[in-house]
Amino acid sequence: MEKPNLSYIKEISGGDIAFEKSVITVLKKEFPEEAKKCIENFESKKYLELANNVHKIKHKISILGLKEDLELASRFEADLKEENPKLYPNFIKILNKIHVYLDDI
Amino acid sequence: MNCIIIDDDATARLIMRQLCSKSEVINVVEDFSSAIEAIKYLNTNSVDVIFLDIHMPTFSGFDFIQSLKNPPKIILTTSDKDFALVAFEYACVVDYLLKPITEDRFLKSIQKLKSHVNVEVDTSKDKKAALDYLYVNVERRLVKINIADIYLIEAKGDYINIKTNQKNYIVHSTLKKIEDKLPSSLFLKVHRSFIINTTEIIDIEDNSVLIRQKVIPVSRSNKSELMKRLNLL
Repeated sequence: MEKPNLSYIKEISGGDIAFEKSVITVLKKEFPEEAKKCIENFESKKYLELANNVHKIKHKISILGLKEDLELASRFEADLKEENPKLYPNFIKILNKIHVYLDDI
Repeated sequence: MNCIIIDDDATARLIMRQLCSKSEVINVVEDFSSAIEAIKYLNTNSVDVIFLDIHMPTFSGFDFIQSLKNPPKIILTTSDKDFALVAFEYACVVDYLLKPITEDRFLKSIQKLKSHVNVEVDTSKDKKAALDYLYVNVERRLVKINIADIYLIEAKGDYINIKTNQKNYIVHSTLKKIEDKLPSSLFLKVHRSFIINTTEIIDIEDNSVLIRQKVIPVSRSNKSELMKRLNLL
C-alpha cells in the first residue's frame, strides 16, 4: 500500500524549510475541512458536489506522492459525474490514510 | 514578467509561488483564490502572464479567459488531462501544466513562454521595420537611408549620428526612436550611446566591439544579449 510522503514538497522546496512548513500548515488546515465536505455531500447524496470536492482534494493526494490513490480518486470523480458513488469506501480509505499521516507530521 | 496566480486551492497557490521563485524572469505580483477577484484586479492592473487553474467553483478558468477582452499570456494548471485539447483553442494559452507540477516541467513552460513573448516582440518590431529603408529629416529635407547600409548609430545630445556606407547623417532624434524603427534581428543597442549593426562586428574584446575602425563600448547589462546574437563556435 502506498504511503503518503513529502518527497514532492521537498523536491520543489530546494531546502526552503519555511516553504515546507507553510505547505504542511495549509495541508493540515485545509485537508480536514475538505474531507468533511466530502463526507457530508456523500451522505446527502449530492454526488456532483462531491465530484468537485474530490477534484480539489486530488491535488493534495498527488502532492503527498500517492500516485495509485490519485488514479482511484480520478475514477471516483468521473463516476460521481454519472451519479455513481461505488468507489466511496475506497476513497474514504485514502482520506483516512492522509488524516493519520498529517496528524503525525 | 509580472504574473498573477489564480487557484482556489491555497496549497496549489503556495506551490506555484515557490516554482515561480525558481525563475529569474517571473515576478509574482498577486495571487487569488477566485477568478472574480482576479478580474477586479485586472480592471485596474495589467500583467504579462497568468497561471490559471481551470477547475474552480462557480467561475472556471475557461469562463475567466472568455471574460477578458485582451488576455495576457496564460499558463493553465490543472489536475485533469482531459482539458488539454480545449485549452489550446485559446490563442493566449501558452502551456498546460498537469498537477503536481515538477520544477523541470515548470521551467520548460517558462522557456516556452519566453519564446512566445520574444516572437511577438520581434514580429511587432519587424512590422515597423518591414521596409528596407527609412526617411530621416536632415536640414529640412527628408532623406532616404537604406537600413542595411547603416553600421552604427551614435547618440550626441539631442541628435543621433547615423553612419552608413555612403555617408553620415546628423538627425534630431533619439536612439530609442530609431531603435523602434530598426529590425531587432540586425541591430542591437549595446550602450546607452550606441546602436550597432551586429553583422558589422569585426571583433569583441572585454567590454567593447570593433565596428569598422571604431571601438564601441558595450554596457555590462547588454553584453549577454550581444553574446547570444553571435554565431559562436
